[in-house]
Amino acid sequence: MNPAGRVRQATRPGPPTVLVSGLSSDAHTWNLVFLELLLAELGYRVTNLGACVPDELLVRECLDRAPELLVLSSVNGHGHLDGARVVRRLRGLPSLAGLPIVIGGKLGVAGGLTAAQRDELVRAGCDGVFEENAETVTAFRRFLDTLPVRAIR
Amino acid sequence: MTSTGSPVTPVTTTGPPVAATAGDRVRIGLGEFVRAAWAAGNLVVQPRMGFGSPESMRSGLRATKAVPATTVGTITLDSYTRVGDLAAAERAVLAGADLNGYPIVSHPVHVTRAVLDGVRDSGFPVQLRHGSATPQHIFAALIAAGLDATEGGPVSYCLPYGRVPLEESVRSWAQCCEFFAHLREHAPVEPNLETFGGCMLGQLCPPSQLVALSVLEAMFFRQYGVRSVAVSYAQQTNPRQDEEAIFALRRLCAELLDDIDWHVVVYTYMGVYPTTPWGARRLLAEAVALARATGSERLIVKTVVESQRIPTIAENVDALEFAGAAARTRPAPRPSVDPAADSQTYQEARAMVEAISDLDGDLGRALLHSFKRGYLDIPYCLHPDNLGRTRSYLDVDGALRWADTGLLPIGHLVPRRQRRQVSSAGLLDALGYVRRKYDTAGSELR
Repeated sequence: MNPAGRVRQATRPGPPTVLVSGLSSDAHTWNLVFLELLLAELGYRVTNLGACVPDELLVRECLDRAPELLVLSSVNGHGHLDGARVVRRLRGLPSLAGLPIVIGGKLGVAGGLTAAQRDELVRAGCDGVFEENAETVTAFRRFLDTLPVRAIR
Repeated sequence: MTSTGSPVTPVTTTGPPVAATAGDRVRIGLGEFVRAAWAAGNLVVQPRMGFGSPESMRSGLRATKAVPATTVGTITLDSYTRVGDLAAAERAVLAGADLNGYPIVSHPVHVTRAVLDGVRDSGFPVQLRHGSATPQHIFAALIAAGLDATEGGPVSYCLPYGRVPLEESVRSWAQCCEFFAHLREHAPVEPNLETFGGCMLGQLCPPSQLVALSVLEAMFFRQYGVRSVAVSYAQQTNPRQDEEAIFALRRLCAELLDDIDWHVVVYTYMGVYPTTPWGARRLLAEAVALARATGSERLIVKTVVESQRIPTIAENVDALEFAGAAARTRPAPRPSVDPAADSQTYQEARAMVEAISDLDGDLGRALLHSFKRGYLDIPYCLHPDNLGRTRSYLDVDGALRWADTGLLPIGHLVPRRQRRQVSSAGLLDALGYVRRKYDTAGSELR
């Protein structure tokens, strides 16, 4: 619990903040660079944690920074496992229960996710699951428009 | 012809360790081997090859050796060993599971010696390739196995991967270099170390910084006693600019590393690779032409399946044969730029190397300070120790340019008007440039 963080979030002036992060076992970064540029273009203030982010670090950064949105991205095929695990942990903290969390990329090793893998991510607490395809960016932007705190473009 | 179908000597995992193999008497250092090939007019070609099982690894080395070209063998390590997760590598070895490379630390030393025995000799050096920021365990294992050629670097094996602090990587690489250099007192050959600094993230790093990093890592190796180095440069997006970069690299090495043995190794494109067989072939042919036009001594090839999966032995052999034949049968292309010119790439690279080596007499400390100050700053690199103030873009001719030089000590060399914003769509476009260019252009080499 980090009450100070919540207060800062509610009163913080300026553009809404978003935390972009890779997952613990994934060293890929071009996906994260793309998301950083995209979100900045859409008017967000972006903090990019980069690749191979251990679960503990992600938890700490979420508590310290109290972002308005967390965007997880992974392309090494372990995303459904690493993602469900860390999101469950984040949701276990009362101050992060309401944080919008999305995950996207190439999340399974065999192309698309199975319905069960997808459900597992949603059950863990992901508000959106965006598997890589031609429509991903459009779908992701549509999701951003539904957020309570929106960037002014 | 390949030897992939020929019977392979089985490698046993039991039996006494081989202290000094017969091969030791006829070993040759990688640097010496490459120099001899160069004198004979041959481009050395080498795969990126690594298999989990000793049998497959030995087959791969034998097949590489049998290619009718001047080849060097490669043992590429698996990613568990790279990141130091030795328990996971061990479990995979015990379970007989497939690994994406050779787990040299987990296989007993006599097993690795048996993989090399009778394969590695004076006509066929073998190099170990890994990707570790803290490689003490890897150096210990390769030295125990009798290997004397490997690659990496304190910056190039740290910043692009994961989050190991740069300071820790510099410390670790200093120890490893020192340890490795002492090999010459016990081995019959001069150990060779190759910089990976000419690659950095594979794409979108302007060539001048690749050249500077390759030279700086070679200077770092020398500081810790290494006397035979290879300096790398990875093919980028514009052939003319690549030639300019390699000539700049050669000139800086001649100026700054004239007291040690060095040669240039070109990496076939390391970014998003073409998906079509003809696109992949054309790109490899371009890399051969680049190596030949610039007088580079060695080339690391890529296969036609590079964009999809880890290549088989046969696919590696195919790429080596193709590159070897292209180098042998076509005359060396005339360079399209003047090798001795004070080119833009040379001036920028030289300014970076000078500013950084002036920061501190100790190259390790100089590298650390330079990243803190932004004298070195890799575009789009998300490592916590990279300042992230620089940006690059692809010009209309495919050349890589600075969109923002950040705090690099080259502000006086890069025209202001050149600087520009990079959009997310522009980034995606740039990342796929080479794939699109080679997949869609003519298919004459199909």
